[in-house]
Amino acid sequence: MSSVLENLVNQPYRHGFVTEIEADKAPRGLNEDIIRLISAKKQEPEWMLEFRLKAYHHWLTMTEPRWPNVKYPKIDFQNIFYYSAPKPKKLASMDEVDPELLRTFEKLGVPMNERAALAGVAVDVIFDSVSVATTYKQRLAEVGIIFCSISEAVREHPDLVRRYLGTVVPPGDNFYAALNSAVFTDGSFCYIPKGVRCPMELSTYFRINTQESGQFERTLIVAEEGAHVSYLEGCTAPKFDSNQLHAAVVELVALDNAEIKYSTVQNWYAGDEKGVGGIYNFVTKRGLCKGVNSKISWTQVETGSAITWKYPSCVLLGDNSIGEFYSVALTNHHQQADTGTKMVHIGRNTRSRIISKGISAGQSNNSYRGLVKIGARAEGARNYSQCDSMLIGAKCSANTFPYIQVNNHSAKVEHEASTSKIGEDQLFYLASRGIGTEEAVSMIINGFCRDVFQQLPMEFAVEATKLLGLKLEGSVG
Amino acid sequence: MIRANSPILLEVRGLRANVAGVEILKGIDITVRAGEVHAIMGRNGSGKSTLAKALAGHPAYEVTSGTAVFEGRNVLEMAPEDRARAGLFLGFQYPVEIAGLSNAAFLRLAYNTVQGIRGQEELDPLEFDDHVRAKMKLLEMDAGFLERSVNDGFSGGEKKRNEILQMALLEPRLAILDETDSGLDIDALRVVAAGVNRLLTPQNAVVLVTHYQRMLNYIVPDYVHVMEGGRIVKTGGKDLAVELEARGYDWVTGEVAA
Repeated sequence: MSSVLENLVNQPYRHGFVTEIEADKAPRGLNEDIIRLISAKKQEPEWMLEFRLKAYHHWLTMTEPRWPNVKYPKIDFQNIFYYSAPKPKKLASMDEVDPELLRTFEKLGVPMNERAALAGVAVDVIFDSVSVATTYKQRLAEVGIIFCSISEAVREHPDLVRRYLGTVVPPGDNFYAALNSAVFTDGSFCYIPKGVRCPMELSTYFRINTQESGQFERTLIVAEEGAHVSYLEGCTAPKFDSNQLHAAVVELVALDNAEIKYSTVQNWYAGDEKGVGGIYNFVTKRGLCKGVNSKISWTQVETGSAITWKYPSCVLLGDNSIGEFYSVALTNHHQQADTGTKMVHIGRNTRSRIISKGISAGQSNNSYRGLVKIGARAEGARNYSQCDSMLIGAKCSANTFPYIQVNNHSAKVEHEASTSKIGEDQLFYLASRGIGTEEAVSMIINGFCRDVFQQLPMEFAVEATKLLGLKLEGSVG
Repeated sequence: MIRANSPILLEVRGLRANVAGVEILKGIDITVRAGEVHAIMGRNGSGKSTLAKALAGHPAYEVTSGTAVFEGRNVLEMAPEDRARAGLFLGFQYPVEIAGLSNAAFLRLAYNTVQGIRGQEELDPLEFDDHVRAKMKLLEMDAGFLERSVNDGFSGGEKKRNEILQMALLEPRLAILDETDSGLDIDALRVVAAGVNRLLTPQNAVVLVTHYQRMLNYIVPDYVHVMEGGRIVKTGGKDLAVELEARGYDWVTGEVAA
């Protein structure tokens, strides 16, 4: 492989930033007392504490999953701070923000008002009195939508939370889900009442000025009968966090005729080019299509983290329900990703679609792992899966682990896979038409990811396109 | 058409090149003037395609000695994209497929890049659409080409038309067409050849790399060069191609050996 490509993909992470944080911390380690402290600090009702303690005791009996195709040193779970109320030090104005960060926002095209929030500038300083977040919240309240932090929801809407929390990802589901259930401190709650079509894309942007995203996030989204919502998580701006382990849980519930679209752009710190540092992103995301004709669609663009372990899944319980998974996972340097989805068909005439695009560069390792399971009473179930891998350079690897279990003869399951390489020939072809290497790589990659980017909301798609370009940007020649 | 006083576009002297450490070109000399059509013929492995790719700057082709001066600049020292921007065009024998990248986006980027370098007007997607459709009509190409991914699932003939479409858009000073005739049926060959002829002016030139004489019935060369073993072993006029067709390459190589 030409040295041009090597240079291109081996760019240092230039856009990380750290905000100094004064924290109100509990001691390191995990035990019942810490969990009681978390629950007390959050002023939670008794049932919530019981939920946590039950999860904790279950977690103690579990072991870390060893089946993912990733390698990392053993994590010392007693050496982690499980409670730390962050008090981000607010910068007084945009002038104090790292100019490099501002340039990144510029390149990514992040809107002005969001730049301030992302950079940790007190929003009130920038926008006279009414913050963006408050404005959105009012508009949502007018149609009966609840959108708040999970902690606030536990206090303000306990019945709703209690009815759905842990129903899609049970506290004992897996090692990291159990840990999250015991100690989660942050995340979002979103409730769309019957028949309401959410008037805007809901985004964690709107909460970012009041909440630092936490190490153990918990998100719960409920769409009542006939409700529609599109939720955006994360952002293309690079995020640094001193917490190495991130174990989030996201649960989605769609009732009859409801539709939830969940889009993620993940760009956590990935470690340096030697593989030192970086976030371990061990996430459990699952949606339950509980009602008939319901639909849940996951779209993810994963570009960050040292290790990604993540399988946004759909349980298709309601008859005629639909599950979708669209994914782009890009790994570079020493990043490792083991990501994919599970589509569990239980109801009749359920349909699922999986489009996965893995891009590996540097010495990275990128695996797709997916399960398609057709239950015995899932008459007429259909699945289509397409898993494509692209390699940049000769030192990276790509793997595909598709699991298919069919227990109903009327099911139709299709799986297609391909592996390709950005080769000298493609670059030379574009070069011979006057197109430079960086632009050529970006065009090839974006072409490869087109089917997934088409699923993203418009502005997000534009940002994601630029993000992939940035991640692979370099000095050519 | 040969005009004694027309300016030299490309002057290659003593060009030697390796592929994977093996010497394929063993000293090529060729001079191409504005307004001329050259044909480079020869059997498989004689070095024809290597010459085309080395001139366009493919990284796998290592030039070990010699010069190639294109309009006053030694192109061997230029990056491939700079050669293209300077007006050197390579029509590929096997055009590469790029899934997901729409032909329209690719063609417009290439067009605007070259226009920008030349200080000429760049076109927005709507303006470009009109521009490219007019060119496609001349090549009898369906408008559906624009929406499809670059060369993805194209038939052999469609790929070659797409190459000539790119030539029509980029308006190069010198086009090297590497076996553009292969994979074309007789009707497609006529259309493609007509397209090339339409692009010929007294200011530019074409070098056709081909096995067969049949394309030269449509695009009449001023010079025919025969390659063998990495060298040009014979140069003549258009009649040489006819004679080659009748007598085979052994006739030339035997003559040289004798």
